[in-house]
Amino acid sequence: MPDIYNAFLSRIEISSSVSGPLSGIRVAVKDNISTKNIPTTCASKILLGYIPPYDAHAVELLKAAGATIAGKTNMDEFGMGTTTENSAFCPALNPRDVTRVAGGSSGGSAAAVAGGLVPMALGSDTGGSIRCPASYCGIVGLKPSYGRVSRYGLIAYANSFEQIGPMAANVADTAKLFSVIAGHDSRDSTSVSKPYDLTGLYAGIKGKIVGVPKEYFGEGVDKHVAAAVTAAIDRLEDLGAAIREVSLPSLQYALAAYYVTCTCEASSNLDRFDGVRYGPEPEMNLPWHDAYTSVRKMGFGPEVRRRILLGTFSLSAGHYGKYYVKAQHAKQLIRRDFFRVLTDCDLLAGPTMPNVAPKLGELIADPLQMYQTDILTVPVNIAGIPAISVPCGTAHGMPVGLQLMGRMFGEDDLLNAALAYEEAI
Amino acid sequence: MADEETNVIIGLEVHCQLDTKSKLFCGCSANFRADAPNTHVCPVCLGLPGALPVLNKNAIEFALRVAKALNCTFTKEGEFCRKNYFYPDLVKAYQITMGDSPLATGGYIEIEDDAGNPKIVSLTRIHVEEDPGRLVHMGSKERGHYTLVDYNRSGIPLIEMVTEPELSSPKEARRLLSKLRATLEYLDVFDPEKDGSIRVDANISFRGHERVEIKNISSYKGVEKALTFEITRQKNLIRRGGTIARETRHFQERKGTTSSARSKETATDYRYFPEPDLPVIRVADWVETIALPELPDARRDRFMQQYSIAVGHARTITGDLRLAEFYEGIVDVGATVAASWVADILIGELNYRGMALETVTTRAQEFKNLISLVRSKTITDKAGVEVLRVWLDNLYAGDRTETPAQIVARLGLSREDGSSFRVIVEQTLASNHQAIADHKAGKKGALNFIVGQVLKETKGKSEPREIHAMVAELIGE
Repeated sequence: MPDIYNAFLSRIEISSSVSGPLSGIRVAVKDNISTKNIPTTCASKILLGYIPPYDAHAVELLKAAGATIAGKTNMDEFGMGTTTENSAFCPALNPRDVTRVAGGSSGGSAAAVAGGLVPMALGSDTGGSIRCPASYCGIVGLKPSYGRVSRYGLIAYANSFEQIGPMAANVADTAKLFSVIAGHDSRDSTSVSKPYDLTGLYAGIKGKIVGVPKEYFGEGVDKHVAAAVTAAIDRLEDLGAAIREVSLPSLQYALAAYYVTCTCEASSNLDRFDGVRYGPEPEMNLPWHDAYTSVRKMGFGPEVRRRILLGTFSLSAGHYGKYYVKAQHAKQLIRRDFFRVLTDCDLLAGPTMPNVAPKLGELIADPLQMYQTDILTVPVNIAGIPAISVPCGTAHGMPVGLQLMGRMFGEDDLLNAALAYEEAI
Repeated sequence: MADEETNVIIGLEVHCQLDTKSKLFCGCSANFRADAPNTHVCPVCLGLPGALPVLNKNAIEFALRVAKALNCTFTKEGEFCRKNYFYPDLVKAYQITMGDSPLATGGYIEIEDDAGNPKIVSLTRIHVEEDPGRLVHMGSKERGHYTLVDYNRSGIPLIEMVTEPELSSPKEARRLLSKLRATLEYLDVFDPEKDGSIRVDANISFRGHERVEIKNISSYKGVEKALTFEITRQKNLIRRGGTIARETRHFQERKGTTSSARSKETATDYRYFPEPDLPVIRVADWVETIALPELPDARRDRFMQQYSIAVGHARTITGDLRLAEFYEGIVDVGATVAASWVADILIGELNYRGMALETVTTRAQEFKNLISLVRSKTITDKAGVEVLRVWLDNLYAGDRTETPAQIVARLGLSREDGSSFRVIVEQTLASNHQAIADHKAGKKGALNFIVGQVLKETKGKSEPREIHAMVAELIGE
């Protein structure tokens, strides 16, 4: 099938001879996940020509489960964006309306699934990068609990927030892919031993307490989106869940805490791209410092440069205490808020995105407005808890995502609830 | 001592490679020196995108041993952090090190000051970090057209030990390094024989003046030399009314001088922040389980008690683990004589030839036999030294066949009874009338001159004391 959505940056068919739960299933892999002998660019010019000599842990698991690697998917450069328009190569298009963005940063993975090119895909989620494109394209996407899926081989954007996660057309496939990639990996020191077992998937939602944070229906949330999500929460009640309004007051700090922390980490992570060991060759007749500068100037796109500058600034002497340290305090507050409401509630529910997929070019000129659309997805990355986006009707003719958030390592609750909802509509 | 010198303040930052089997954050072998460049590398120590560090528990265990031996206080939660800077030998453009929460703080090292009195030097902190790779510049600095990078060293564990600025002379600095080296060796965490396994940054200032940092000195001798040079330079500058600039200087090992590192327009900002890929480490319970071996000071005291040897000998011998082990291996030949032969003679002869201690420690029995020959008066002390020299020269040349006893036989060095030299003594006296006259006239040393002539003639086979007595007897005294 031709890739009319710019979903892929490279297409290959590497089938595994192993028989396993994913035998015969084609899985697309986001291009920031290392694949042995297959170019891995993070949709950045600075990694053109880089071919990893090793597989990410999640890719090893895919192969061991019998999956066919169908290709590497388009994304915002290094995961920095909400629309996949920050890809250095081309924006991914939304299969539901090709004049609209697929969302980001795992836009290629979402478009590949929504466009019917593959049944499932791996994405990565630092501040919503799985859930946003899942919501915009009308598919399912799960951001696992921090540590549940190994990050080994995931090219880091913001280490303390991100996770590799499954994306698929339906909840069952999402759960199946998750069962393959979850579990401990000794090569990731933040990895925990929490494998996921599919067998409880049909447990339903009856008797579960679902908290609805009022902050998730605040200013900036499109009223048609809010209406679709409210209707979905009503369905959860019909299915036997108890609905309760809750509040997470510290969410007012979430965007700031998120952007300070992720840009700080990114500025450090991306310093290694200097042209010495891989990527475009620097000009050889320059002093090394100038050669570095020229490679990085050529290789990084404007959004990446913006975030490197922001992060470098925040970590600098005299600013560190005002920004990085403050952001870590805010992180603790947000975490505490979530843990507090999640002692009474089994799940939380709200919209994934405050809007539907914007038109191509609509948000790209205004980075601040684009950052604002992450308001409902970044909090769970800060708290480390899992969240899933599942399609719940439409607004303005485009898909809307219902976001369910759970306790640490409570993915089974999320998947069970999402499946019960999906089957009910 | 000039006034200025009593006002010198020196502090050291000592980096030693921990002698672990694998690197600090990956499984690559740390034993890379004999191998081709870039053969001990993997995605982690090459800093490839997506690779993550996994802490080598052994390296921390080693560092904890050091911290415990140096009486440090352990940090509740040790935290790794990133020190960000660009350099071609630094694969990730950050070094994983420790910042505000090192492994341990405080602690001290006991050394002798220049007058020989005990002196306590406080430690500021101890932490663990990764070594960067290594640049190899091809051609001269002026005409060199490229630089090669070898990442075999990238990720080798380093322990950094920082002292308070409490040292007062270059010699003290060197003694501190020797003590530190001995301690790390005793703890079995460090191999000083490995090339580049120690690097020192030295801070030096005169009271009331700015501080100068000398970076990356790679030998004990170098530290003493660099500091001595800096003292002279700064003293002269102050005398001429100049000001000491606060700066970083490099040490030129070959010339024994320091030169200003090109000052950057702005100070480097390393943008330290906690390493998100590694959890904090809690060591309190761990430290409890660590048992320390006997350390240099304890061994020195034991040697003095158990073997009744002099403090100087005990200090020299226990200052090097292998020497101490060697000594204990041969001590049954006679503790005092063995101590003297090891500390006063052997070390000097080895150093003179630039030979490693191992050449002898692996042939301890032969060395022991040599001492036995002296002790049983088969050969004289002087002949013993001669045999040692020949034996070492043989070993140096790769000849391992001849034993000390065979050397004695070949060179005919067996001690002979004084009576067999009577003829030589008589002949010497006969041809040195003037000396005898001088002696009788009361000139000191005249008799020794004659004894010396005889000893020379007898090629060390005679005991000086016996010859002396014989000479005295023959001239009627």
